[in-house]
Amino acid sequence: MSSTSQLIQDAPVDKRGTSIVGRGNKEGNRLFREWYGELTSAPERKEHSAYVFVMGSLAEILRSFDIHTIFPEINGLQQAVRHVADDYIGQAEDYGFSADVCGYVKADVGLQLRGGDHPMGKIPPPSLAVYTNACNTYVKWAEIWERMYHVPTFTLDIPGSRAAGRLTWPGHVDFENDRKYVAGQINELIKLCEQVTGKRFDIDKLRETMAHTNTMSRKWKRLIELNKSTPAVYNAVTDGTVFLGMMNGYRGRPEGAKYFTDLVQEMEYKAANGIGTPFDEKYRLAFVGVPCYPIFRRFSEMFTEWGGSFVGSSYLWFASGGANLGYEYDLDHPLESLAEGLLITVRDSMDSMFYSDKNLIDMIEPYGIDGVVYHPIKSCRTVSTGLADNRRAVMEATDVATLFVESDHMDKRVVSEAQLKNRVDAFFEGLATRRQRLASTGAPTGRA
Amino acid sequence: MTYAAGVDVGSTQTKAVIIDEDLQIVGRALVSTGSNVTVAAETAYEMALRQGNIHEEEEGVGFIVGTGYGRYKVTFGDAQTTEISCHGRGAVHMFPGTRTVVDMGGQDTKAIKVSPTGEILDFFMNDKCAAGTGRFLGAAAMALDLPLDQLGPTALLSSRPVKITTTCTVFADGEILSLIGKGKRVEDVLLGVHHSVVSRSIGLLSRVGIEREVTFTGGVACNVGMVSVLNQELGFEVNVSEDSHYMGAVGAALFAMDRIVAGRSPARRSEVRV
Repeated sequence: MSSTSQLIQDAPVDKRGTSIVGRGNKEGNRLFREWYGELTSAPERKEHSAYVFVMGSLAEILRSFDIHTIFPEINGLQQAVRHVADDYIGQAEDYGFSADVCGYVKADVGLQLRGGDHPMGKIPPPSLAVYTNACNTYVKWAEIWERMYHVPTFTLDIPGSRAAGRLTWPGHVDFENDRKYVAGQINELIKLCEQVTGKRFDIDKLRETMAHTNTMSRKWKRLIELNKSTPAVYNAVTDGTVFLGMMNGYRGRPEGAKYFTDLVQEMEYKAANGIGTPFDEKYRLAFVGVPCYPIFRRFSEMFTEWGGSFVGSSYLWFASGGANLGYEYDLDHPLESLAEGLLITVRDSMDSMFYSDKNLIDMIEPYGIDGVVYHPIKSCRTVSTGLADNRRAVMEATDVATLFVESDHMDKRVVSEAQLKNRVDAFFEGLATRRQRLASTGAPTGRA
Repeated sequence: MTYAAGVDVGSTQTKAVIIDEDLQIVGRALVSTGSNVTVAAETAYEMALRQGNIHEEEEGVGFIVGTGYGRYKVTFGDAQTTEISCHGRGAVHMFPGTRTVVDMGGQDTKAIKVSPTGEILDFFMNDKCAAGTGRFLGAAAMALDLPLDQLGPTALLSSRPVKITTTCTVFADGEILSLIGKGKRVEDVLLGVHHSVVSRSIGLLSRVGIEREVTFTGGVACNVGMVSVLNQELGFEVNVSEDSHYMGAVGAALFAMDRIVAGRSPARRSEVRV
């Protein structure tokens, strides 16, 4: 049997001679820098930009008007992983924002106060802001831009699940009413884009962008499934962040469709040949919440040092805007389908935050999950509230081990590396003891 | 005779325990941690050896486990284990009926759910805030100019605790002095402080689920007032060992003895992880 390093060496190469193994991260990083370069130079070309969010970016509509999409969440993440978020947050707090406001918001306010100066480039001001109600903070956040830039802000109100497990689907009277509601709002957004850009709406261009999104969604769903492999073919937290950047930044673009087609090719090769991430996988974990970006690498190492591999993450569900469902638009009826797609995917984003216990329970067996790591963050009650109950529900329904560690996704002042490490170490000590106990009884230890 | 050692380097105090093959404690020592953690660990270890009359060159300690926040600075140790695991293991060893452990130290409070064999099933700790820990009691002692070992007995002289509204250890002394200034009795204020600390730990315990027996460990378990109030709030008596303060080190020593029994050769120098 060939060794892993031999399999990697023998991996197919693409037209540029690049080995497909590792290509996803390399290409992702390259395209990401290119994207920021486009945004930086957009004002020179007198191109419009919209500030949008990951949970329902309306990228397809905006791209059909050649409007760039800028994600303050992604800007913030980059500020944090590059260890400069503190300065931006501090500036926002000096400006008057309270310590308990979301770190993403404050990092963005600091960015705006600096005229868009960002470690990845220069973020242009918006021509408009478009957002859904998936996060309650989005509305107030957009009001900040409204005050700063006097630009129109557009709220897309997407009806969520009325209660856990009570979803309606196409054909149901409630769903069809909700679809009409969303469709009406899409028409309003189209009119607004026409006013802002001076261009007529081009439905064929919309179809083109939707076709690319279809490819990306299909591949995203496949990508998530591929981590059922043992060993896992990517780290759902660290690699997942690269993938999320691409899913959002290149949504509706041909480069995005190609990227994910290539990525799935790479991951299928790895799955077929047992090539995992570059460390010895001992425990398979699921991650719930938003990662700890201020110490991103170290946070990941706390787990990988023990052989802990994140095979799944709720972040890949909600921060992809529900792309995990693999929903594909009907290009023959683009506007109706867009309304339907938004209804289903943005609703799913919200459910992935508020009702993720069922999804987690359902993934334990197929993904061979040994433990679930819950990471509530100080910044965000929306994504964190309910995680304690979620955890209890998962523990009652399964015998999976869980860890509950709190820090933040942006604010280093509320991240204590020593406290995190202590808890993570204790969690793995427990997993190791559990595995020994199972081994001594002859029970399977594939799940600790 | 083979010995095993556990060294628990906490934020304020470092404890060392030596046990023999019969799992009996033969030596123990406690020092202030201070700024040089490795020196504190070495000092505590050597004092425990002397107390047990163990001559390392002759009999030898077969394996040493470091625990506590400073565990990676126990450079002469052979392995590191978190104090969560150590307190769980130690508590079950001392009180085999233990199913829940509440450990209160200088700046940490832990609620730990354990199996009959000491396996950690779940745990919760205070996060980035020393309210509900020994630090809160320390602040009260400073405000009232009382030695720590007098806090509990003084509090138990009261039967009418004054409610302490602040949860912040930094602001606690201000409120305490304000209450004294209003004529409240010291013992009533102190009993209120004890209730305040216990209420935080009850919150943590509730998150892991309170299952009897409950064992109280850590330095704060030496405070008779805390034990009394905890018993009152839980509605039953908790287990308290005279070695509660050393429970982390006891658990660490037990893990060390496991390694000796399993026949693993110790590395005499453990990797120091910064």
